[in-house]
Amino acid sequence: MANEGLDKAVSGEYALGFEIDIETETVPPGLDENTIRFISKKKNEPEWMLELRLKALKKWESMTEPHWAKLEYDSIDYQSISYFAAPKEGIDSLDEVDPKILEAYEKLGISLEEQKQLAGVKVAVDAVVDSVSVKTTYAEELAEHGIIFCSISEAIENHPELVKKYMFSVVPMADNYFAALNSAVFTDGTFVYIPKGVRCPMELSTYFRINAINTGQFERTLIVADEGSYVSYNEGCSAPTRDDNQLHAAVVELVILKDAEIKYSTIQNWYPGDETGKGGIYNFVTKRAVCEGENAKVSWTQVETGSAITWKYPSCILKGDNSVGEFYSVAVTTLAQQADTGTKMIHLGKNTSSTIISKGISAMKGQNTYRGLVKIGSNATGSRNYSECDSLLIGSQCGAHTFPYLESKDTKGQVEHEATTSKISDEQLFYLRQRGINEEDAVSMIVHGFCKQVFSQLPMEYAVEAKALLELTLEGSVG
Amino acid sequence: MSSVMKIENLQAKIGDKQILKGLNLELEAGKVHAIMGPNGAGKSTLSKALVGHYDIEVLDGDITYKGKSIVEMEAEERALEGIFLSFQHPVEIPGVNNAYFLRTALNAKRKHEGKEELNAAEFLRLMKSHLEMLGMKSDMISRSLNEGFSGGEKKRNEILQMLILEPEVIILDEIDSGLDIDALRAVSEGINKMKDGKRTFLVITHYSRILDYIEPDYIHVLKDGKVIKTAGPELVPYLEEHGYDGIEEE
Ligand SMILES: Nc1ncnc2c1ncn2[C@@H]1O[C@H](COP(=O)(O)OP(=O)(O)O)[C@@H](O)[C@H]1O
Ligand SMILES: [Mg+2]
Repeated sequence: MANEGLDKAVSGEYALGFEIDIETETVPPGLDENTIRFISKKKNEPEWMLELRLKALKKWESMTEPHWAKLEYDSIDYQSISYFAAPKEGIDSLDEVDPKILEAYEKLGISLEEQKQLAGVKVAVDAVVDSVSVKTTYAEELAEHGIIFCSISEAIENHPELVKKYMFSVVPMADNYFAALNSAVFTDGTFVYIPKGVRCPMELSTYFRINAINTGQFERTLIVADEGSYVSYNEGCSAPTRDDNQLHAAVVELVILKDAEIKYSTIQNWYPGDETGKGGIYNFVTKRAVCEGENAKVSWTQVETGSAITWKYPSCILKGDNSVGEFYSVAVTTLAQQADTGTKMIHLGKNTSSTIISKGISAMKGQNTYRGLVKIGSNATGSRNYSECDSLLIGSQCGAHTFPYLESKDTKGQVEHEATTSKISDEQLFYLRQRGINEEDAVSMIVHGFCKQVFSQLPMEYAVEAKALLELTLEGSVG
Repeated sequence: MSSVMKIENLQAKIGDKQILKGLNLELEAGKVHAIMGPNGAGKSTLSKALVGHYDIEVLDGDITYKGKSIVEMEAEERALEGIFLSFQHPVEIPGVNNAYFLRTALNAKRKHEGKEELNAAEFLRLMKSHLEMLGMKSDMISRSLNEGFSGGEKKRNEILQMLILEPEVIILDEIDSGLDIDALRAVSEGINKMKDGKRTFLVITHYSRILDYIEPDYIHVLKDGKVIKTAGPELVPYLEEHGYDGIEEE
């Protein structure tokens, strides 16, 4: 029976494909020095930032697009993309935000109105539409704790010393092709600084929305957790349904000092394109964290359900002795989506430890690749890694691939790797159906079970969102 | 007699192989029917045919439940209508919380019957009340469904599901296989608790052991895809002594 049934439930409608009807200001397509000067000027940037951007552009121009990932797509014409789009009106307070944007965010399930936060759970939000941050909530309350939570543009203006010190310190300007591109053209993003010993009293989050046609989104996020501090940060994303591919090339840098901890969660739901592979976001993202000090801890949790192409390896450089890196990932590819994602755990300090839990779900014609590197340096004595990569196949046209790499200079380091590939078996489905649970609910129950280790890492509200999103994504693939 | 289920001339195959070859059986409401027979006779195949398992293709004949044919009915619909199978080999489903699964199943049924659904707290109370009787540890609430369960735990968990779902026709496929004496007692106690003169049991076994605990009303001998003899419980000691070879089709 069930295989023909199975194929039906994985082609869920993309619910966030609407367009926000606002006037935008867009720069004509193309990328050269003038584009960079235009962006920098639009953002009233200081000269030093412009210089850095121009330097990055030079580097980018000397680089070539990498093709080592297991991804197939037509080459990207970087000159046909517009590198800046912004809602027309400048915005200073919530009252000035175009009601249409507020409405759109509400549709996305994100309330920018502080009073409307669910069940008293405070979540401070930075909302980014296309190239600019439209509103950051709770900034004042956070400031009382000395926390800086603002758009990266404001940080460049108001906290240049921090930006100069930490930007490019984790992901160097020319780290890779897409990072270099981002360094030249990044338009907005979020900046967070948590001072020494402060435990951030609320969840911080950024919501990214690509709205304008034919534009790329290049946001840059920088989070610095000073000694003994803690923050949990979440990002979400969506984009309208369009036939053309749109490029998203973001950079995220996390700096974690001694005894500090960052929990970074992502729910990525960019428009995935259709089942023939038409349209969808090309998602080329560089995310890296450095645990600078002793006992620093970073944890990446990602739920990747969107994008036509995903190329993303949130990594941890474990410099401080006893520092800890974690990577929890659920990547779903359905329709004609392709994902090549994983992590790098670079152990440099002594007694550092890392955990990798990767869950790939493939359905319809989706292709899902896990690519991970565990590197244990010669000084990293007593270091440990545990990796678990599981793939779940729904139907017979999809694929799962696993490429775990290990480089260890410490022969005594403990490295464990487990990998499984399984199918939702007819037997499991039947068992649940014999108990009166319909086929679609049965599939979603099995899939959630498969993702449990990852979802349990998300903050409560986001776990609920992730669960709902997964259901929506897989809706229709079984029945 | 008032029959709850009637199987007439059932012919069914798995793959290319015909397993059930004109099987007739009538289940009297409220009674305990035991099906005995040698390995490979088609006992599990019969149980799967009754619940609409995907392996089974019905070639001919009919199965009626409460007077209606169910051969074309989806598996979940038969379940919601009150037919329950305790599997010979319950499958493991990693990451799916046992209590969550059971509550979903119960609420699907309650919804089907137009009853209010149980919330997590109400359900937990219900589940706990059964755990103790079955000699199950309370970690069974949060463990993943059948994952890493011992043979005995799996069978107890099947019985737990039966107790919670309160089905009307209960098919137990080799519920006794691989159970130690304590587990056998606990499982039998669970089954006996369900006996209320209305529910009907179809107990498939090839040992007579469990029949000492749950007294059957009828013994049916299944051999080579057919029921060849139906008798009262007095047949059990005879089979014990002589095996199935001496039984001729009536
Ligand atoms: N999935 C299957 N594919 C092929 N043959 C099967 C399958 N399941 C059972 N059979 C065969 O059907 C016959 C009856 O099996 P079964 O109903 O399990 O017997 P019993 O439960 O009485 O021991 C056996 O010959 C068995 O080998
Ligand atoms: Mg059997």
